[in-house]
Amino acid sequence: MQVRSWAASCSGCHGTGGRALPGMVSLAGADKDAMVKTMQDFKSGSRPATLMHQLAKGYSDAEITAIAGYFAAQKK
Amino acid sequence: MQRRHFLQTGTVLGAAGLVSACATVGGGSGPKVVVIGGGFSGATAAKYIRMWSDQKIQVTLVEPNDYFMSCPISNLVIGGSKTMADITTPYDNLTKRHGVQVVKDRVNSIDADKRVVKLAGGTELAYDRLIVSPGVDFMWETLPGMNAPGAKEQVMHAWKAGAQTLTLRQQLMAMPDGGVFAMTIPLAPYRCPPGPYERACQVAEYFSKAKPKSKVLILDANEDVTSKGALFKKAWTDRYKGIVEYRNKHNVTDVDVATKTLKFEFNDDLKASVLNVIPAMRAGDIAVNAGLATANKRWCEVDFLTFESKAAKNVHVLGDSIQIAPGMPKSGHMANQHGKTCAAAVVALLTGSQVNNMPIYNNTCYSFVSSDEVVHVASVHRYDAEKKTMLTVPGSGGLSPAANALEAAYALAWAQNIWADSLA
Repeated sequence: MQVRSWAASCSGCHGTGGRALPGMVSLAGADKDAMVKTMQDFKSGSRPATLMHQLAKGYSDAEITAIAGYFAAQKK
Repeated sequence: MQRRHFLQTGTVLGAAGLVSACATVGGGSGPKVVVIGGGFSGATAAKYIRMWSDQKIQVTLVEPNDYFMSCPISNLVIGGSKTMADITTPYDNLTKRHGVQVVKDRVNSIDADKRVVKLAGGTELAYDRLIVSPGVDFMWETLPGMNAPGAKEQVMHAWKAGAQTLTLRQQLMAMPDGGVFAMTIPLAPYRCPPGPYERACQVAEYFSKAKPKSKVLILDANEDVTSKGALFKKAWTDRYKGIVEYRNKHNVTDVDVATKTLKFEFNDDLKASVLNVIPAMRAGDIAVNAGLATANKRWCEVDFLTFESKAAKNVHVLGDSIQIAPGMPKSGHMANQHGKTCAAAVVALLTGSQVNNMPIYNNTCYSFVSSDEVVHVASVHRYDAEKKTMLTVPGSGGLSPAANALEAAYALAWAQNIWADSLA
């Protein structure tokens, strides 16, 4: 339940349940490890971003892993 | 042109509204939630309570407007690059997809002891939990001249998207070249901190193309630009030199509507061709009248784990009506986050499960400095158990380094996605 709420903080941009409308990346059903790596790369600055590097720094590694697991389990 | 688009939209949405009337709502015996106000927070809460309770909690949304009109992107309607149709979303998907019962009415009063909401049309709605999300209302008592007959029809705030947005656009179109557009900004806190500065950019871009001898005069009650200051000032200097003039510490105290004159606490009177007075704000009338506005009689204090009011049990307050936490803006994005946090808590409270003790959410706010370039501010907010409030996470968040076109595309995609997350 807690991770569902954390994940919902992403859905303003990435769509309810991670199913985004065109122009934003859909997270539903995406690969968990790939999402974790993307977020870690945003955090470290190795992946260029407009604002995701600023948002990624607000979430702990454990939270990112939990949220990625939630979206990976959602229907595309 | 703008008006015709708006009327066409009205017709289309009206027809869609009739089609949706067959959805099944209101039946069953589950717990009852009433939501007052279908903006970013209220609509989101209504939808997510239905979703997260597996449709077991009955949700009634009371909203006087026929459809949702978005404040974000509405400055682009004023600038002329978007239409009202672009910022309008019907409520019918809340009913069709989620079984939210939408009642088109206004609320007269709340009886928190009996747990009943009384509507202007005479209906009484009983609730187990009430969500109050009426947005802001204006402190008209601070501007005596605006209470004169007809004043509010002539001088726009355009701070609630709708008819006023369109009227302000029409006033700008009717203004002769060489005129002055004067906008007043109230002391913070107010809805959408960067909104007035974005609006100045939008009007300035329109003037630069259509009325190059005209001026945008920003009269700000605050000490300085309250959000994205350096980025907006750069836009005014680089793009709108000779058009935009910014004056700080201009606290408007009265408006003479007949002569289009602004009066200030410390500064000389000013006349302009088109006035845009954004008055000081407080929680929506229904929240104030229900005794929920415990902070300076302006804003509603809440428990940030549940958004339950500190003044009334079983009553939750969301969105721009609340007494904000440190660093928390009154924004549509934030209101959407309030809606989901509250929805999760209300479902937990009504089903006897544990309320999330660590809410984490974010704010993303885009401002258009022209019709095709954007700047953002972003932040992450996390619950502090000791201070019992939401705090921004150190080291997170930030601004665009400079205005850019890539984020204009993201800003429009953000709008489509958050309208859908809240309303569809």
